[in-house]
Amino acid sequence: MTAVTISLPEQIANLRRIAPEIVLCIFGMIVMIVDPFVKPASRRALGWLAFAGTLVALASVHVAAAEMGFAYSRLISTDNFSIFVHVIVIVAAGLAILGSIDYLDREGIQRGEYYALVLFATAGMGILAGANELITAFIGLEMSSISSYILCGFRRKAKESNEAAMKYFLLGSFATAFFLYGIAMIYGSTGTTFIDAAKAELERQLAANGHFPALAILGLGLIFVGLGFKVVAAPFQVYAPDVYEGAPSPVTALLASAPKAATFALMIRIFYVSFHSAGDIWFWVIWISAVLTMFIGNLGALVQTNVKRMLAYSSIAHAGYILVAFAASTELGIAAVLFYLAAYVLMKVGAFLVVTHVGQEGEKRLNLQDYAGLGMKQPALAACFSLFLLALLGLPATGGFLGKFFAFQGALDSARAHGGWVVALVIIAAVNSVIGAYYYVRVIVAMYFWPQSSDYTPTRVAPALVVALFIAAIGTLYLGIVPGRVHSLAESAAHSLPLQSAGSNGPSNAIVIAPPQNAR
Amino acid sequence: MVAVIVFFACALLAVTGAILLILSREPIHSALSLILVMVSLAILYLLLGAEFISAIQIIVYAGAVMVLFVFVIMLLNAGVEERTDFSKFAKFVGLPLGFFLLFEVARWLYTSRAGSVITHGAGTVTQGFSTRTLSAELFQQYLFNFEATSILILIAILGALVLARKNP
Repeated sequence: MTAVTISLPEQIANLRRIAPEIVLCIFGMIVMIVDPFVKPASRRALGWLAFAGTLVALASVHVAAAEMGFAYSRLISTDNFSIFVHVIVIVAAGLAILGSIDYLDREGIQRGEYYALVLFATAGMGILAGANELITAFIGLEMSSISSYILCGFRRKAKESNEAAMKYFLLGSFATAFFLYGIAMIYGSTGTTFIDAAKAELERQLAANGHFPALAILGLGLIFVGLGFKVVAAPFQVYAPDVYEGAPSPVTALLASAPKAATFALMIRIFYVSFHSAGDIWFWVIWISAVLTMFIGNLGALVQTNVKRMLAYSSIAHAGYILVAFAASTELGIAAVLFYLAAYVLMKVGAFLVVTHVGQEGEKRLNLQDYAGLGMKQPALAACFSLFLLALLGLPATGGFLGKFFAFQGALDSARAHGGWVVALVIIAAVNSVIGAYYYVRVIVAMYFWPQSSDYTPTRVAPALVVALFIAAIGTLYLGIVPGRVHSLAESAAHSLPLQSAGSNGPSNAIVIAPPQNAR
Repeated sequence: MVAVIVFFACALLAVTGAILLILSREPIHSALSLILVMVSLAILYLLLGAEFISAIQIIVYAGAVMVLFVFVIMLLNAGVEERTDFSKFAKFVGLPLGFFLLFEVARWLYTSRAGSVITHGAGTVTQGFSTRTLSAELFQQYLFNFEATSILILIAILGALVLARKNP
């Protein structure tokens, strides 16, 4: 291999394409450096510094968006798709940081490392969103996962927090190993780890042999295990209720939202781009997983009396709805997944931030009984919570409704390709939405119609939390009432992925594809 | 000819080390035998012309990983192992599978004549591979991954700091 020199303008373009990650990492390091010089009493300022970091990162997304293209010898692809997911992830992280500042004071664990880890995790998710190569994706996934394991155990004195961290760490490492093994198999059968080059090679083999290489399909299966774990798709959802319940509430808000969005983005790249021509095979995997995920999530949530745990089950159910859109395997399906993720992240973070506040010191007030009469005690907080719950339920005029609407529409649109099964899937999803209504509405009924709980004495909602809840609520309503702009952005994001095969116009045996880039 | 002698010497050392590793009852003896295995493997890699892998083998396995092992053994103050009979699972599933694996590997080596590599000498297996190509891949093609890994390690250090601190 000859030495390749990269010109200065190209270097700068590369840096601009990963601007959000650079900003997040730099702010993470600044937080770490400043930490020892700050008095323990004023450590909360670090939280605001980290929040400023997410704001700058959000602004730097524009820098990246102005410089579309591949960065660092095609390892990173900065396209509309990556930009869209970046915005979702950074917004979720910003809201979670706002919710953390007063929470950490309350629990007596105000530390700079917390914010640094959140920022590094967000950078990892950004890498996931833009990765065009599987090892890059793996590093991004690990950056986000390892930070999450640590954040789960941040309340070191609480048993459930330790349990959550341990469970998540052990099972998560296991899932990562599956993902890595899947990468090895795909490399073994295609000779490349690049997502777009693997697509070309797989299509070439399909045209040459008339069938898909079994090793690649096995690899895809293992990748689904690894990533399915991260997005809590059944049957890899077992850990989620315990981990989400035990983790500090603002961390749960982050865990349930941003990594899911980033991992779904990677799944779309691998399934839709690399394995586009194997759509008929993986459709069934997604179909079965979607049905299982929805039923397990919704039926599990029905019997919960702990609101935090109920919301954990609800996030399993939502992964199922997203998989319904995912099964469509069309551009419309991708747009639906992206729109759903945007809406879902806002309402889920919002709901968990309300739980953060109501939980009070030591997170003792998590039961449904503690929410009784909240509507009289703290009307604004209760109204916010109701809005998020109704959005999760999918009531019209909220982002949750349109998310479901686009998801079902995207799935039905592909009925011509997949036949009646996809229609059945949408019907099952609709039935599940109705089941979901029970447990969401039950909390609202408790807040407004049950006699006031004597355990929960209202405390002032901290300004930072007010800002976060306000942003989440406005965002949820905005996506529900004027979805046009975000949906068209999602469509252009979906359009920016190279889905069409190179020779889709001609007969299949006439496909001429350049050899994979790093073939020897 | 020298290569063949070195090969058989190292192979013998590696196998002896592996057997000692299993049989010795003191954990620290097992750890030291493992070092023997690692070092002789490193020499075997060198024979095949894979200098880089050989160096990595010494630095990472014989160096870092083994130090870790020894430290853990000392910290836990591990005593002499207890001898147990084979469990039923090991007797009826483990042993046959082990022999099956041995048989398969031997058969494959015999039929594919992979053993001829020894007599052909250095550089047969790793033709076209050198430390130079590896570094070119690592610092040009995969530069971004290399840099991102540094953040990953930073996260791990941060995690150790958070979880191991005395007074939270």
